[in-house]
Amino acid sequence: MAAPTTEDAAPTADVEGRSPWHLAWARLRRNRIAIGFGVLFLLIAVFCLAAPLWAEYVAHTGPNQNHITDKITIDGRLTNVVSTDGIPIGPGLRGRYLLGADQNGRDVMVRLMYGGRTSIYIGVLAAVITTVLAVVVGMLAGYYRGWVDAVLSRILDVIWAFPVLLLGIALGTTLALGGLSIGGLQITGNSLWIPILIIGLVYVPYMARPVRGEILALREKEFVEAAVAQGKGPLRIMVSELLPNIISTVIVFCTLNIANNMLLESALSFLGAGVRPPNASWGTMIADGYQTIYTAPHLTIVPGLMIVLTVLSLNVFGDGLRDALDPRATIRLER
Amino acid sequence: MLRFAVRRLAGMTVVLFAISVIVFLIFNVIPNSDPAARIAGKNANPALIARVRADMGLDQSLPVQYLTMMRRIFTGQLTSYSSNQNVAEQIWKGLPATLSLCIGAALLWMAVAVWFGYLSAVRAGRFTDRALTILALVGISLPVFWLAAILLYFLSYKVQLFPTGSYVPLSESPVRWAYHLILPWVTLAVLYVGFYSRVLRSNMLDAMNEDYVRTARAKGLSDRQVRLRHVLRNSMIPIVTLFGLDFGAVVGGGAILTETVFNLNGVGLYAGQAIGKLDLPPLMAVTMFGAFFIVLFNAIVDILYAFLDPRIRLGESAPV
Repeated sequence: MAAPTTEDAAPTADVEGRSPWHLAWARLRRNRIAIGFGVLFLLIAVFCLAAPLWAEYVAHTGPNQNHITDKITIDGRLTNVVSTDGIPIGPGLRGRYLLGADQNGRDVMVRLMYGGRTSIYIGVLAAVITTVLAVVVGMLAGYYRGWVDAVLSRILDVIWAFPVLLLGIALGTTLALGGLSIGGLQITGNSLWIPILIIGLVYVPYMARPVRGEILALREKEFVEAAVAQGKGPLRIMVSELLPNIISTVIVFCTLNIANNMLLESALSFLGAGVRPPNASWGTMIADGYQTIYTAPHLTIVPGLMIVLTVLSLNVFGDGLRDALDPRATIRLER
Repeated sequence: MLRFAVRRLAGMTVVLFAISVIVFLIFNVIPNSDPAARIAGKNANPALIARVRADMGLDQSLPVQYLTMMRRIFTGQLTSYSSNQNVAEQIWKGLPATLSLCIGAALLWMAVAVWFGYLSAVRAGRFTDRALTILALVGISLPVFWLAAILLYFLSYKVQLFPTGSYVPLSESPVRWAYHLILPWVTLAVLYVGFYSRVLRSNMLDAMNEDYVRTARAKGLSDRQVRLRHVLRNSMIPIVTLFGLDFGAVVGGGAILTETVFNLNGVGLYAGQAIGKLDLPPLMAVTMFGAFFIVLFNAIVDILYAFLDPRIRLGESAPV
């Protein structure tokens, strides 16, 4: 077992028994690859959050600012940002246009950072929506069983029967046309909330089903009976007895779900049913860049690599998290 | 057996009905803009909007509108508003390309995934296993359309090893048909290879601790025979279930991205082009047929399973 290092040597830790969380953290810490990729994700997130700083102090331009007619000095020569036959400059070591320009003369580096913010923002918020909906639905269905379960499960079955991408496209295309109004809340057609809500919704069955299954098994356990005998109501039993028992599954799923969400966002945006212009996201950047892949391949390659790195880091970290939180994992690792 | 099949098909009918209602709601009710103007497209003139309104019977009540729409879809009268083409005909025309792509990719991904998963499980913890695990994780992290674009750029444009997409009918030239489909097959298969090989690996590792494995060893079978005949065979059951679900999903819409980038004129490309033109009837029909195909395919797989495995039809465990 690793010796306690400075950051977790809280005075209470060595006096009390080790909680499951401590054990999980100890297991996770030994998995260097997972930790490494977790840190990589954080670095990418920080990189994207720094977008306004880079735009203001290094690139001196915004993500949606066109510079088609501008010229910049490269190797002492004045060069068009976008050449007369429409080919933008490629990557090079300089402050402006570090990763080149796109067909409209926009700075790819700045767009990449802002686009990453959009992509990660959508991935995370959609995962929060999926998780909350799935836990609520799965718990209600698993706890009450009977007709509540029957109704909720059938609804999940129907959503589940749709191909995820097609359902996303159908909702993305129709909602973009007129926006959405829920009660007094108006969401315009090009709002980021449309892809967030769509992506948050389509993955609900994939998480709600396992949650329901776990709750069905857990509610037969003695500690639930004890809670009922103590006079606890259904809500308290669900929140304070059942929820802590499924939280590790939920955390792992949520991490992997962010990765899936980012892939779905990029696919929807690529097809034109996700993030709407002028907002940049990695998916829309590829969609734009793909038009000129033979003359300016960096416009397709760079944002794609960012998606792969981010999604891969979440997948590897989520995998490590599952091994750490699932007690059976120790057996698997030592085999 | 017959009772199971009837019950399963009855459940399926209910789901199909629910799907058709949801598709109807998505395309006709949820958005808060004039449906006629929306269906008519972005730059429609008032005359077209009026025509659409009359055509769709939009002044009638919702249930009547629903019935009208369903009749149009299933009698093949639905026409696209941007090109006036018959939607059912276009989907029918796209089927050969879509099926060629999906069936080829499915064979490829099953073969490679079983091979990788088996190798990974047999060499668990060693270099081969680690390398394959990393490959699998990269495979499930790649955006399909980006992989397609990158393969096209490097292998078709830079090296000129493969043709730049487009579909050649099998009847025209089987060799060129396959040659044009190699890159799309690989692209579509990568994700599932990554996913299935991981599932198979962990199933096999779990199965290796089972009693029947010890029995097989005890009666003198070689390691190789035990792995192939007992461990692999039993570990394949969940994979086959997944395959049933995923193959349905790929045919029912999962191939849109691959078809769009490789310019294969299948159902997916048709839907992809409709998004760009905000042409809703084709999208509505493709969504509905896609979901229908998945539900139907899953029901058939379930019934086949019940036929093969009595535990499923006797225990009431089948979904829906």
